[in-house]
Amino acid sequence: MVTNLLTDYWPILVLLLVSLGFAGIAMGGGLLLGPRRSSARKQEAYESGMRAIGPGTRQMPVRFYLVAVLFILFDIEVIFFLPWAVVFRQYYENGLGAFILLEMLVFIVILLVGYAYAWKKGALEWE
Amino acid sequence: MNETLLLIIEWTIKGGLLAFGLATGFAYTTFYERKWAARLQIRIGPNRTGPGGWLQPAADGLKLFFKEEFTPANAYKFAFNLAPVLTMVPAIVIMAVIPWGTQIDFFGRIIPLGISNELNVGVLFLLSVASVSVYGIVLAGWSSNNKYAMLGGLRSTAQMISYELALGLSFIGPIMLAGSLNMAEIIRAQQQGVWYVVYLPLAAVVFYIAALAEVNRSPFDMPEAEQELTAGYHTEYSGMKFSLFFMGEYIKMIAVSAICATLFFGGFDGPFVNTYPLLGPLYLGIKIFISLGLMIWIRATMPRLRYDRLMAFGWKVMLPLSLFNVVWAAAVIVFFNVR
Amino acid sequence: MTPDQILFIVTALISTLAAVMVVSRRNMVHAALFLVLTLFGVAVAFVLLEAPFLAVVQVLVYIGAIAILMIFAVMLTRNVTDDSGDPFNKNARVGGLAALFVFSLLVVMFGGWSQFTAYPQAGDTSGSIVQLGVALTAADGYVIAFEVASMLLLGALVGAIFVVWPRQNENE
Repeated sequence: MVTNLLTDYWPILVLLLVSLGFAGIAMGGGLLLGPRRSSARKQEAYESGMRAIGPGTRQMPVRFYLVAVLFILFDIEVIFFLPWAVVFRQYYENGLGAFILLEMLVFIVILLVGYAYAWKKGALEWE
Repeated sequence: MNETLLLIIEWTIKGGLLAFGLATGFAYTTFYERKWAARLQIRIGPNRTGPGGWLQPAADGLKLFFKEEFTPANAYKFAFNLAPVLTMVPAIVIMAVIPWGTQIDFFGRIIPLGISNELNVGVLFLLSVASVSVYGIVLAGWSSNNKYAMLGGLRSTAQMISYELALGLSFIGPIMLAGSLNMAEIIRAQQQGVWYVVYLPLAAVVFYIAALAEVNRSPFDMPEAEQELTAGYHTEYSGMKFSLFFMGEYIKMIAVSAICATLFFGGFDGPFVNTYPLLGPLYLGIKIFISLGLMIWIRATMPRLRYDRLMAFGWKVMLPLSLFNVVWAAAVIVFFNVR
Repeated sequence: MTPDQILFIVTALISTLAAVMVVSRRNMVHAALFLVLTLFGVAVAFVLLEAPFLAVVQVLVYIGAIAILMIFAVMLTRNVTDDSGDPFNKNARVGGLAALFVFSLLVVMFGGWSQFTAYPQAGDTSGSIVQLGVALTAADGYVIAFEVASMLLLGALVGAIFVVWPRQNENE
């Protein structure tokens, strides 16, 4: 028997398996039905019809890494927003609206300092 | 019969129906796009396959099955084959928490319309699945071992994670108004009051723009800027693997339209939906159809953004705007005391 | 066995195997992918423990952000595409022994703990996020920790930009 506690999660797992099966059938069907005529020239990396020069993957610019770091930090901020957002109305109806708003404003202002620093340093620019 | 077995059968059928429906929806979204974009540009569009061209998507799909499945010699095979699957699967799974209606009575069995309507972390589920869909693109770009694919993949990844912040923050407004992360609860709250687009018009706009960037739609279709990057991250893909990318992209369009409808336009809400629950899927379908039409219209009208402008727009305009929306939502609760 | 138990055993096996793959793959990106699988297994474990908020945050932060950062970091270093090099160096045996020792300690410790039979009560899940929100924001709760978290994020933000961003006049 499926426990009642997880009845909201089991269907998602089933959907995950169904969609994996779907993707598998599509790829398998393509493999079975499609022709296979390969040649050495065809197997080269595509470079507008010219012979590929140098390796296909190369060192990535550091800019992308910085964007990923900034993303993680602001992403965590969004997550902190969520439990706050859920209880906001409850606080307001109990007459504590100013308190909870102030709490979040402090949180945001501290992060905005970092945001302003990033802006000023030019970390948000893309040259 | 055994209750557990019945439940598993119910879930499998619903999951299969959803996947099949989305695949059909994908096929006809491509047709819709070609027809509607043609109209906008005073052309006719596909009209030869079947009456009025209506069999065109079937012909396209069938053709792709018979195309060569091709892997470049230098590609990293494992990741190269995994990437299309990782693009398509999250696109379908994200639809799990979208309610299509309340519930129906099917020969004495109560069946909720939707996979997991009442998931208590519904909105967060949307966010987390959306964040997983970056993998397909980053892997496709890396594993192809091709310069265009690499550049397209990196650009796309940076773009998606930048706009994901604005996307996540624009979810906060509806959450604050409904006081819940549960998607069905958010719709119930809108049924009792008004659709949240009335209170949060700016959040809806920010959400829509961020969603366009998240699904790499024009004018944010930088990763596949044909003129500079051939086809971006899926340059080396062909046959069914290519069509899985294509499918993932269009199913994501459908998914963000459904999310937008649910959070800001009442989801399956509409006249008489409480008396006839089967109207729910119809109403949601109509809302998705309108949203898709708007996306195609934008694509037919707007030129593509330059990449530096696109990133600057995401960080310097969208992020502050979506933070402002949170304050706005708080003000709405305080001043209008909405229920 | 209940379906929940079967699911637990399957995910535990998959995530353990994936963890072994993480340290034994030569290709760094493949290792990172197996790490993602392990993290996903942990997310499923959180769901089974009735902690859905932690489960989705696990996916959102660890899989959606930190693992992406790791893949970026791998791509940032040179020559990742060469699969050369043995992932095991001569300390592998010592490391394995240490891991085995810690694991057996944990087994002994938790083997004597009697609380594993306690199962979450039905009906208290719907309020869990509200409870979390109240705990994070209430004046007698963790509001100080909540604000300090913001300071921590600020520090990380400034630090990341300081380390990554090129100083003026250095590149010219």
